Amino acid sequence: MNSAQMLLAAPEFWVLVMTCVIMIVDLFLREERRGIIHMLAMLTVIFAAIITLRGGYLLDSVPAATAFKDSFIRDAMGDVLKVFAFLLMGLIFIYSKFYLRNFNMFRADFFTLSLFSLLGVMLLISANSMLMIYLGLELISLSVYALVAFDRDSGRGSESAMKYFVLGSMASGMLLYGMSMLYGATGSLLLPDIAEAIRTQGTDDILLVFGLVFVVVGIAFKFGVVPFHMWIPDVYEGAPPAVTLFIASVPKLAAFAMAYRFLSSGLGDLHVHWESMLASLALISIVVGNLAAIMQKNIKRMLAYSTISHMGFVMLGLLPNTAFGFGAAMYYVIVYGLMTVAAFGMVILLSTRGVEAEYLDDFKGLNQRNPFYAAIMGLVMFSMAGVPPMVGFFAKLMVLQAVIEAGMMWLAIIAVVFAVIGAFYYLRVIKYMYFDEPESEVAIQAPVDFGAALTLNGIMILGLGIFSSSLIAICMASFGL
Amino acid sequence: MMMNGTMNGFLLSILIWLPILGAVAVVMAGAQRPAMAKGLALVISVATFLLGLPLFFSFDTSTAAMQFVESRPWIETFNIHYYLGVDGFSAPLILLTMFFGILVVIAGWRSIQKNVNQYMAAFLVMEGLMIGVFSALDGLLFYVFFEAMLIPMFLVIGIWGGPRRVYATIKFFLYTFLGSVFMLIGLIYLYIQSGTWDILAWHEMPLGLTSQKWLFLGFLAAFAVKVPMFPVHTWLPDAHVEAPTGGSVILAAIMLKIGGYGFIRFSLPITPDASAALDWLVIGLSLIAVVYIGFVALAQQDMKKLIAYSSISHMGFVTLGLFVAFAIYRKTGGVSGAALGVEGAMVQMISHGFISGALFLTVGVLYDRVHSRMIKDYGGVANTMPWFAMFAVFFLMANSGLPGTSGFVGEFMVILSAFQANFWFAFLAALTLILGAAYSLWLAKRVIFGAVANREVQNLQDINAREALLLGILAFAILFIGLWPQPLVDMMHVSVDHLLQHIIQAKVI
Repeated sequence: MNSAQMLLAAPEFWVLVMTCVIMIVDLFLREERRGIIHMLAMLTVIFAAIITLRGGYLLDSVPAATAFKDSFIRDAMGDVLKVFAFLLMGLIFIYSKFYLRNFNMFRADFFTLSLFSLLGVMLLISANSMLMIYLGLELISLSVYALVAFDRDSGRGSESAMKYFVLGSMASGMLLYGMSMLYGATGSLLLPDIAEAIRTQGTDDILLVFGLVFVVVGIAFKFGVVPFHMWIPDVYEGAPPAVTLFIASVPKLAAFAMAYRFLSSGLGDLHVHWESMLASLALISIVVGNLAAIMQKNIKRMLAYSTISHMGFVMLGLLPNTAFGFGAAMYYVIVYGLMTVAAFGMVILLSTRGVEAEYLDDFKGLNQRNPFYAAIMGLVMFSMAGVPPMVGFFAKLMVLQAVIEAGMMWLAIIAVVFAVIGAFYYLRVIKYMYFDEPESEVAIQAPVDFGAALTLNGIMILGLGIFSSSLIAICMASFGL
Repeated sequence: MMMNGTMNGFLLSILIWLPILGAVAVVMAGAQRPAMAKGLALVISVATFLLGLPLFFSFDTSTAAMQFVESRPWIETFNIHYYLGVDGFSAPLILLTMFFGILVVIAGWRSIQKNVNQYMAAFLVMEGLMIGVFSALDGLLFYVFFEAMLIPMFLVIGIWGGPRRVYATIKFFLYTFLGSVFMLIGLIYLYIQSGTWDILAWHEMPLGLTSQKWLFLGFLAAFAVKVPMFPVHTWLPDAHVEAPTGGSVILAAIMLKIGGYGFIRFSLPITPDASAALDWLVIGLSLIAVVYIGFVALAQQDMKKLIAYSSISHMGFVTLGLFVAFAIYRKTGGVSGAALGVEGAMVQMISHGFISGALFLTVGVLYDRVHSRMIKDYGGVANTMPWFAMFAVFFLMANSGLPGTSGFVGEFMVILSAFQANFWFAFLAALTLILGAAYSLWLAKRVIFGAVANREVQNLQDINAREALLLGILAFAILFIGLWPQPLVDMMHVSVDHLLQHIIQAKVI
């Protein structure tokens, strides 16, 4: 192992070291100085972003390189995803600090667990072998199981953590099972070697296709697409919003990377098989997600079903197995992360001391109480519905273009029709905020950093739409377009 | 000259962004300072109008080429451009938009009490976006403006509307959204086929008949909802009834025109062969709108609903005028008769903009005083509001197509043109002269004339100077176009010829 190879994983090492530092520092801190932990966590993500960008894979188009016997890959796509994971993480830390303080849960475990999970996300993004994929996946999952039950006294939290744990373990088991079949069929754990082996021995091997099915199940579970979505609404609802913020956003970036690396780099030759699997997953996710979201009264559950339909759109981008499609799906996943974080940031903002703003009714008359935050939530909702000029529209546009280019016009038409049906429940949130009278007159107060982060978040959702050129170019460039 | 040249290079951008950025300033004025918000909104809308006057005075009526063109890359990866320009079709509609931009600010001066800053800002944003729709020459840019426009309108109806506003506004949004996503699919398809989003390049692009037909239906889904054509018109009466006066005015005067404009900019030139093959569909639906909706209007109890149905009926003339061109060409082998139809459709759009806007404003005047839109709550208004009655009767006359008003010109041109295509088209379309007169004048009889109906009417105050100014300007505009439509027709004449020459050339591959 030479140092140049170690340097490839510099961001990962930095996050690992800092997480351990935070754990140790916490032991010596008095209760009232916990703020330091938050600052350290922020520093961790900020410097991780700087270290990642300094690598030059993103900005100076340094060619991709591998380390640790080829099981770790550093490339432009991975760096884009990581930088956005850090950005989202920074926003999440700011939003969650406010929540944790409000609900007397401000403990260092939240930050260490989130950072460990972030480390898992980074590993999964850079995974080039099935072993690394599994390691990253489990590191994310185990930290998240603990995070969901972070509010120790909450029955709902524990219940959903348990549910998540059982289902998650089953999905991991399936994935592992699939991996073992692929290993048996090809004799390698490394994705490029698997691709090579499939190319030489052909794709007829029944073992390969069986393995593929289980791998797709594992990926689908990570995305939370129908029919592997059962955990999403319960976990979103049961976990504290600060944790939901995280679960809903950052791991999806890793899920995208996992899908791309596994399906395209590793099993690209099996495209004919997985294309139809992803198409059906995408289709039922968009249908079920949008229809079920209409019936929700709880905003967290509504956003959960909205996530399901969004992930269906990401699947649409993945399924043509074209560079353009992957670029579109990556753009979608990043944009989705930004929107979701903002939406849950609003949920946290409206949660007053000890009472979570869980129901859509809590948004009633927000425009009367605080027109500025109402406008931000409005931007987020219109963006999720895919109304231009918000960034969510461009994400949908690109995914649709990828699907139409692949000749699946019918899929695109069904997707847009359900996007219109889905627009209804986003509009309903706007209706509560703008057309109804407020039920509570409590002034909305937020610390300066929270307000600034949410404002920035809102500006990104509008600004990345109006000036959408650069982010689209970055995503496309990651796939050589 | 140099100055003028550079200025013209940015003119359309200024007209789009001045109101939108101005809206930010208006919102910032805060809900506590309504006077400031209103003043600022008025200044911005007047400034936009004045800056936009070169669109009329410097407009070159001798060319069908795009003018005031502005183009820069927007999203390079997909060859999407921020590409603006106007021709004889869009320039008059932009002028109309800017004109109503001022009127709605004045119209909302007193009647809006809640969140005045947001109300004014919403209308300014809408004005900018509508100018964007009329000037966009890039397919995606058009779609962005076309959809974004829904947001402020959705809020205007939902926040300041009547009792069933939530139902009406969500219906309005979802109807339009559903129509336009099919167009989006069509636009993406065109991009994949051609590698460009340039609408003018799409005009020249050869396309197979089957794909033309699908594209035509996609465009039809978007624009038929917007016009609105029978049978997708049902959102309009709801939206009109619940919208505040300003919302109704913009909806009727400008937004419906976007549907007609869409046919001119997209359906006819991009899919001419499909338009020729499916013209029976559009003509049939237009005639149903003209006749059947005319009868529906006759049966209304609510003044705003009556005007809404009358709008649908009148917009039927626009689509009829545009699509009889093919029948005329098949019959006579020439396009001179067809030019009359297309020009008539354009004149009808502008004229209907003024007349329907004026009618909604007159209803707004009554509603502000009595807070009822029901015909039965009125009667004998002329006794207490003589000035108002004069305007109202004049506008209703114009609505029924009285010669000398703008309402006559467009309808007459379209009917003349329809005669050349088919006697029965013209016959059915001409029924509107009877129907329109029936529901308009019967409305005048029930509301304006007769004995004073009740105490509320007894206590009515006549219009004040602000309202007189509003209605006076509109009355002048309607008379002006009615008596001297030449400047308007000159503006579009070359563009119409160009369009017709283009659409009769088959582009099937």
